[in-house]
Amino acid sequence: MTKLTQLTLTQAREGLAQGEFTAVELTEAYLKAMEQARGLNAYVLETPELALKMAKESDERLATGDTGPLEGIPVGVKDMFCTQGVRTTACSKILDDFVPQYESTVTSHLWRDGAVMLGKLNNDEFAMGSSNETSAFGPVVSPWRRDGDEAPLVPGGSSGGSAAAVAAFLCAGATGTDTGGSIRQPAAFTGTVGIKPTYGRCSRWGIVAFASSLDQAGPFARTVNDAALLLRSMAGYDPKDSTCVDRPVPDYQQAVGASIKGKKIGIPREYRMDGMSDEIDALWQEGAKWLEDAGAEIVDISLPHTKYALPAYYIVAPAEASSNLARYDGVRYGMRVPGKDVVEMYENTRAAGFGPEVRRRIMIGTYVLSAGYYDAYYLRAQKVRTLIKRDFDLAFAAGVDAVLTPATPSPAFGIGEKLKADPVEMYLNDVFTVTVNMAGLPGISVPAGLSADGLPLGLQLIGRPFGEETLFALGEVIEEAAGRFPVEDLWWRG
Amino acid sequence: MSVDQATVRRVAHLARIAVREEELGHLQNELNAILDFVEQLADLDVSGVEPLTGVVPMELPMREDVVSDGHCPDKVLANAPDAEGGFFTVPKVVE
Repeated sequence: MTKLTQLTLTQAREGLAQGEFTAVELTEAYLKAMEQARGLNAYVLETPELALKMAKESDERLATGDTGPLEGIPVGVKDMFCTQGVRTTACSKILDDFVPQYESTVTSHLWRDGAVMLGKLNNDEFAMGSSNETSAFGPVVSPWRRDGDEAPLVPGGSSGGSAAAVAAFLCAGATGTDTGGSIRQPAAFTGTVGIKPTYGRCSRWGIVAFASSLDQAGPFARTVNDAALLLRSMAGYDPKDSTCVDRPVPDYQQAVGASIKGKKIGIPREYRMDGMSDEIDALWQEGAKWLEDAGAEIVDISLPHTKYALPAYYIVAPAEASSNLARYDGVRYGMRVPGKDVVEMYENTRAAGFGPEVRRRIMIGTYVLSAGYYDAYYLRAQKVRTLIKRDFDLAFAAGVDAVLTPATPSPAFGIGEKLKADPVEMYLNDVFTVTVNMAGLPGISVPAGLSADGLPLGLQLIGRPFGEETLFALGEVIEEAAGRFPVEDLWWRG
Repeated sequence: MSVDQATVRRVAHLARIAVREEELGHLQNELNAILDFVEQLADLDVSGVEPLTGVVPMELPMREDVVSDGHCPDKVLANAPDAEGGFFTVPKVVE
């Protein structure tokens, strides 16, 4: 059955269409793999009964030919997406055993198109983290290890469960959310493909809100083509999210394999940071060469406000989080810790329910929004955001079609390795990805090579607003040139 | 700018998060590390720059002013830690 789980989503779709195996067989193979991989802690909730029911219905539709584009494809769902009747926690204690009475728009699109839900995937608490170590369910263990070393590594975060599950063949694809790099950084750490689409491309309705002006949903997959198939289903207009854009969703798969001849690729000099490792630098240059060999034109560009993106993010995101997370008050849902009056009840509930990183960010957000500090922090950060977006606008106006950068400053690190340092050191993981959220642009992370100690490294491509098709075309060129990086040793199965 | 322990206590109260006395020092250090980091924004001249309010240029959509959802009190209360007679309950607010 291992073979079934190792098929790409695209191959599984073909196998189902040609009747080589059934959706139930494929789902059973994944459920078995999930059972054997519980040590990785990728899933926080397995839903085998629901999965088999959905697979059976897919088989009925496959028999009649009335199928959706993801018919019978088993997927995992990050625990930030509300799933009707299925516990959703954002991996926080404060949501307790919350069972949504509604389905997020993005997941409802997947089920509309025939996908099968295997379960809910681990993430950093409220998606705040870059290593999946802040989850109330404990850290996710990456399926990757350094050569000759059994030390457990992080899969990245916040969508660490999604990245690990896709890399470890525990689902054919997965949903993620990305506020500052939470899809692209874990994709890079696990040798998977992850895309954060343009802000407004996917509906945020029914996704647990972290920072509303930055949050976007996107897929994880094992190939560029698989990611294109998933995004096509996930995206689309939704009147329930007033920031969701009403424009048709292209058939992204058509862009995979399209010619990139004449595309202008910008290499931003400000991303060549002090202390960048030689291997990251070499990978970046190699990526540019691959694109050039396929007919693209490589140009040096400047995005002068890059270094201000991360500090501005750590004002904007916590400010929005402090406001969004005000809803967890022990009244309407989630846990409640009693107090002598209503304020003490709020304070006790929130002290017990939020973990240290979430508490830290809520407090920073509260501080920067408080009377007397708003102008110095929040307003200034929003002005800096205008400058960051303007940098990209100018590059695109000069004819640049996409920007190529490393996805992360380093390969994956060990569990616990960065927890003792001050919080800012962890934040630096997102230095290459966070600009994209600040400007609302699409960004894809594609595996491009291995580090000296055998860990995956990714390259990031940043596109024009709604330029996802260009990213899929360019991403495919990198995938073709670099090859794929599947985990070879399934050591966790014992 | 850096915060003292009194400010940490005040912010925690504004955020409605109970903080124990012995946690204040640790929290103060963490918050100051983050505030130090964001301090570099002060180097930038932002005079004449408009704050960004939306990344995608679009007009907020309008819809008909009609009831589009509701009449589902059971669903609304389904996850309440304490609900009674069709209401959420809270500790006494007014003496």
